[in-house]
Amino acid sequence: MSEGHSTYTPKTGIERWFDARMPLPRMVYDSFIAYPVPRNLNYAWTFGGILAIMLVSQILTGIVLAMHFAADTSLAFDSVEKIMRDVNSGWLLRYLHATGASFFFMAVYVHIFRGLYYGSYKAPRELLWILGCIIYLLMMATAFMGYVLPWGQMSFWGATVITGFFSAIPLVGEWIQQLLLGGFAVDNPTLNRFFALHYLLPFMIAGVVVLHVWALHVVGQSNPTGIEVKSKTDTVAFTPYATIKDAFGMIVFLFFFAYFVFYIPNFLMAPDNYIVANPLKTPAHIVPEWYFLPFYAILRAITFNIGPINSKLGGVICMFGAIVMLFLVPWLDTSKVRSAVYRPWYKLFFWLFVADAILLGWLGSQPAEGSYVFMAQMATLFYFAFFLVALPVLGLIETPRRLPNSITEAVLEKNKGGGHHPAGATAAPETKG
Amino acid sequence: MKKILTSLALLGLVVVGTGAIAAEEAHNAAAPTHFPINEPKEMDWSFAGPFGTYDKAQLQRGLKVYKEVCSACHSMNLVAFRTLSDLGYSDAQIKTLAAEYTIHDGPNDAGDMFDRPGKPSDHFPPPFANEEAAAASNGGAAPPDMSLLAKARGVERGFPRFVFDIFTQYAQGGPDYIHSLLTGYDQTPPAGMVIPEGTHYNPYFMSGVSLKMPKPLSDGQVTYDDGAPQTIDQYSRDVSAFLMWAAEPHMEDRKKTGFRVLVFLLLFGALVYLTKRKVWEGVAH
Repeated sequence: MSEGHSTYTPKTGIERWFDARMPLPRMVYDSFIAYPVPRNLNYAWTFGGILAIMLVSQILTGIVLAMHFAADTSLAFDSVEKIMRDVNSGWLLRYLHATGASFFFMAVYVHIFRGLYYGSYKAPRELLWILGCIIYLLMMATAFMGYVLPWGQMSFWGATVITGFFSAIPLVGEWIQQLLLGGFAVDNPTLNRFFALHYLLPFMIAGVVVLHVWALHVVGQSNPTGIEVKSKTDTVAFTPYATIKDAFGMIVFLFFFAYFVFYIPNFLMAPDNYIVANPLKTPAHIVPEWYFLPFYAILRAITFNIGPINSKLGGVICMFGAIVMLFLVPWLDTSKVRSAVYRPWYKLFFWLFVADAILLGWLGSQPAEGSYVFMAQMATLFYFAFFLVALPVLGLIETPRRLPNSITEAVLEKNKGGGHHPAGATAAPETKG
Repeated sequence: MKKILTSLALLGLVVVGTGAIAAEEAHNAAAPTHFPINEPKEMDWSFAGPFGTYDKAQLQRGLKVYKEVCSACHSMNLVAFRTLSDLGYSDAQIKTLAAEYTIHDGPNDAGDMFDRPGKPSDHFPPPFANEEAAAASNGGAAPPDMSLLAKARGVERGFPRFVFDIFTQYAQGGPDYIHSLLTGYDQTPPAGMVIPEGTHYNPYFMSGVSLKMPKPLSDGQVTYDDGAPQTIDQYSRDVSAFLMWAAEPHMEDRKKTGFRVLVFLLLFGALVYLTKRKVWEGVAH
């Protein structure tokens, strides 16, 4: 799969037989056993593997749930409750799937922030980064449509609000909205097509994940120093080193996941979604799932018209623009140094950006009134300033700290200090959420 | 420049903080803008926490309150009689209980609809033929179905409480709310507050100053045969616990399974961690 020569030597007759016809064992060996990984990867690098587990878990639980789900507005809500009450272990499947969506997003946010912190998007990993952004977009579409399926109040009204965004687009907006809904309002055709797409998109995600992993295996993993692998001493073999470390990271993650699934499965869900959808009764606050809240806050922050662009369209542009920023990151960042470990100013702005994203998330859950609107506007301004000002300008004016000559040198330097880290050598990214 | 930025960040925090306080200030006792006026009281529930279990005697009392009071207006469409075995009833008792209800069934071989006594596989029959009839008999709005009520109601916890809730495993917002609402009648509204005609003031109601449902319970209304106090407070606790069971019948199973899963992950994680240490021994990283 990757560059370089394969070190695989088939030992048994059956392996030789396969290797001559379809070298699948060779591919597995080269990708997951002999594959060299930087020796200094920290636990933030486990989240790629965690995301793979979550995708598989979502697909497996989802397929079984689909066997019991009825995509019809008069049946959907009750069919979900039948899963909860009468299907064997149905409650477990549904809570795994619903809470799993949230933990999928938690993992993807750590994964994305890790990439931003260590500059993992820089050449030659731009395409790898963009494929990741596409996966993230597909995840958002999948999660949104999945949330509509139980046909509760928040399902219905969330779908109404979010598909309403599209009507803001000039000329074709109404047409797009009606195409999405299959009519003039959220109704049975909407539920049917969302169910079909919710079943389809995870397999598209899996397809892009294959490309993502392929691109990764061509360029190799980045690492906390951001210095490319230069010699054999910079790396260790994927197995046993990365496998055992990832396994431990995954078990810790699954521990937190299980805690939510078994003890507080409704913590991340809106109580209103246990009320069957009622098109005649609008809930007091329509709040999307937590993982959409920062974008929801940006959408609502635009309360003013800019020339010919009214506030509604402006909000939609800003919301989609917030995601477009991620796609542009490889070209917005002008720094020659990858890792924030050696970029004191970028490191500061990175953590301000994390705080800003959390603040936006909180504002998204609050009603858009009074001082919240102003705060959301300031936070939105900072969000865009981080990408459009901080990333290009810091790269030009910042003096990076001295870079070690190689990964091995960085590792040895760190270990020389008797086990304790020199300031900022690794900024414990696994603690950020 | 670092200093300037730090002070800017601090200033930002102060602006944010004062803004939030200003938003809270617009609060007037006679015309409140945020509901409920009073937060639900947090009660001790047997089913709270990682080892929580339902108190079967309490659920049986709660069922009695539902049957004798609530079910006059509120349906419970998702709950089948057979599931009442969770409350400690025997198959024979459930058969008798189901047979007390009349189920409208059909059509039969002759094409006619007919009434028959209930069977354990039936669900609780609704008090009204349809939602329109329920609304017409109750001042224009149908009383909500009670099957999921304990999960469908929850007053927002706010920051930072919702963070603490993760660690305390607080998941009793529904029963706390129902109990507070049921015991929250008979209070005098603040001077000047306008209570719409035909509604009843209740400071625990989460969608306004008052609700259409009149005070449903009074002391001594339901006869308990296990010696539990026959008070509004006790009735409210019991019916709230019963509704929690109705909304989440597999909760005990869930928590029991969860404990095993977490213990397994803890032990497995410890073993994998030790293996990891062994593998990486002598490899600087």
